[in-house]
Amino acid sequence: MAEIRNYTMNFGPVHPAAHGVLRLVLELDGEVIQRADPHIGLLHRATEKLAESKPYNQSIGYMDRLDYVSMMCNEHGYVLAMEKLLGIEVPKRAQYIRVMFSEVTRILNHLLWLGAHGLDIGAMTMFLYCFRDREPLMDAYEAVSGARMHATYFRPGGVYRDLPDTMPQYQASKWRSEKNAEQLNQARSGSLLDFLWDFTETFPDHIDDYETLLTENRIWKQRTVGVGVVSPERAFQLGFSGPMLRGSGVAWDLRKTQPYEVYDELDFDIPIGRNGDCYDRYLVRMEELRQSNKIIKQCIQWLKNNPGPVIAENYKVVPPSRAAMKDDMEALIHHFKLFTEGFCVPEGEAYAAVEHPKGEFGVYLVSDGANKPYRVKIRAPGFAHLAAMDEVARGHMLADVVALIGTMDIVFGEIDR
Amino acid sequence: MESNALEQWKQRLQRQLADDISDCWLVNGEVTIEVKTENLIAVARRLRDEDGLHFEQLMDLCGVDYLAYGKGEWETEHASSAGFSRAVEQGQQDAEIKWTKTRFVVVYHLLSITNNQRLRVRCNVPDKSLMIPSVTSVWAAANWYEREAFDLFGIRFENHDDLRRLLTDYGFSGHPFRKDFPLIGQVEIRYDATEKRCVYEPVSIEPRTLVPKVIRHDSRYQSEQEESN
Repeated sequence: MAEIRNYTMNFGPVHPAAHGVLRLVLELDGEVIQRADPHIGLLHRATEKLAESKPYNQSIGYMDRLDYVSMMCNEHGYVLAMEKLLGIEVPKRAQYIRVMFSEVTRILNHLLWLGAHGLDIGAMTMFLYCFRDREPLMDAYEAVSGARMHATYFRPGGVYRDLPDTMPQYQASKWRSEKNAEQLNQARSGSLLDFLWDFTETFPDHIDDYETLLTENRIWKQRTVGVGVVSPERAFQLGFSGPMLRGSGVAWDLRKTQPYEVYDELDFDIPIGRNGDCYDRYLVRMEELRQSNKIIKQCIQWLKNNPGPVIAENYKVVPPSRAAMKDDMEALIHHFKLFTEGFCVPEGEAYAAVEHPKGEFGVYLVSDGANKPYRVKIRAPGFAHLAAMDEVARGHMLADVVALIGTMDIVFGEIDR
Repeated sequence: MESNALEQWKQRLQRQLADDISDCWLVNGEVTIEVKTENLIAVARRLRDEDGLHFEQLMDLCGVDYLAYGKGEWETEHASSAGFSRAVEQGQQDAEIKWTKTRFVVVYHLLSITNNQRLRVRCNVPDKSLMIPSVTSVWAAANWYEREAFDLFGIRFENHDDLRRLLTDYGFSGHPFRKDFPLIGQVEIRYDATEKRCVYEPVSIEPRTLVPKVIRHDSRYQSEQEESN
């Protein structure tokens, strides 16, 4: 009788289903996983150490690059931590803008998750549909910040600038006909808010389409139902948060339980799962798409009726307006100090957490009173989720690992930092 | 109103854990306790299981290196004759450390889902052994966080099953998040066409400071702190 030994397999780090640079060392008995050992750090850029060597504001851009599919939510955690230490108030309009863009970001993230997760386990077309819907949201990012992804839009005290009144227009060209450009420009005739409103009107129908494709799909259910079951007790132990926790039936969402900004003034629901498997987490995220759409609508209505400042008038932290600099000596000094030295943050420590699309994104700041943070620690939700891979994957088939990576919504920018 | 409730909660916590903790404070709406190293596991267990606490989740765990705490690169109290180059070329020479506790501190961020409450736990790491007990037996989530702290700071966690490096390269030496580890690193890697393999070499780039670290004592914040004290 031949000796039977476990088979060790190397998954990644350049496997397309590894969602980035995950190297997974799998110990297999036949096709059943006995042990999974994720090797991470291939995308480690020492973001935290870099942030410690720069004035506070210069690191906002680094936050975008952590979880590079939910950019503004990362910025949000960082600026909230700064604001906590500085003790500055954010104008109401800025809070609404932040919430609106946080939800836009949630939709962006979940769409990418849905597309990639679908692609991984056999629903090829989802990817194309999801990217179609991401496009207008990226355009909204671009209209407001000038960048489609890495916006650096949130600033301590508010947001960089107010929402634009006009949207950039498509031009007819050699490749795009007059008629086609006109069609594309239809939603762009008004302000950014009109443009987003147009999106929120059509988006629920698109979610219905996605659900038609997947929710009762036999193959989809075979790949997700009963795969990666996590009980609420284990979810607590493993430090799960966000949809991973809610999928296990725990009604916990920082937007409801520890509301920040204006979430307590908005009407939305928190979906929870029942069985804690991949399928429930899929359902939770699909419902979150609808809820985010609802929140965006409420924000648009409020923002349309309430003009006002979008950043605090605290010139020790916020740069003065360009017009003021031209005839006010003090404004010029403030500007000079802010851009050569930055602002000093009072000594102390603060932890600020936001409900990031993937879970709880927290930023722990330690300040020694300098213009640079003394220590920045980023609590990335995906880190705790991937750490649980060994426990969740044990006893599953090799093919289920792909479903698990998908359901955990792994993005290496935030895990490796 | 809210801060009052938090203050009461903090006092109750202080009474409940009386002997096991060495300090407790409430700043910026966040309660922090400092735990003695030898009590860490016992306190962690109590924090997780006891009534009124129920911190069932460990959200974050990280090391902090206080080597350069309060050290500015630029004198701000007195007038001086030299300019920007002083900070860039001479570095942190005129400063003294304000920190009196141990060099490394491990900070835990706990969350109670039951009571909707957060708590920060600080534990000083003994300077000699650089070893504190691992809390993996209390919260499984600590596993990777402790590996990360070990990797980046060289803090060792007693009774951790699998204390390997996590984020740095295979065969990496040193602990990169320590304040005495240069930002530019120590080695660089390139592919050598003649040897047909990747080679490591000492870094060739120059370290540079674009904006010196400046500590200013702002009277606005000082008056606020005095009021709260």
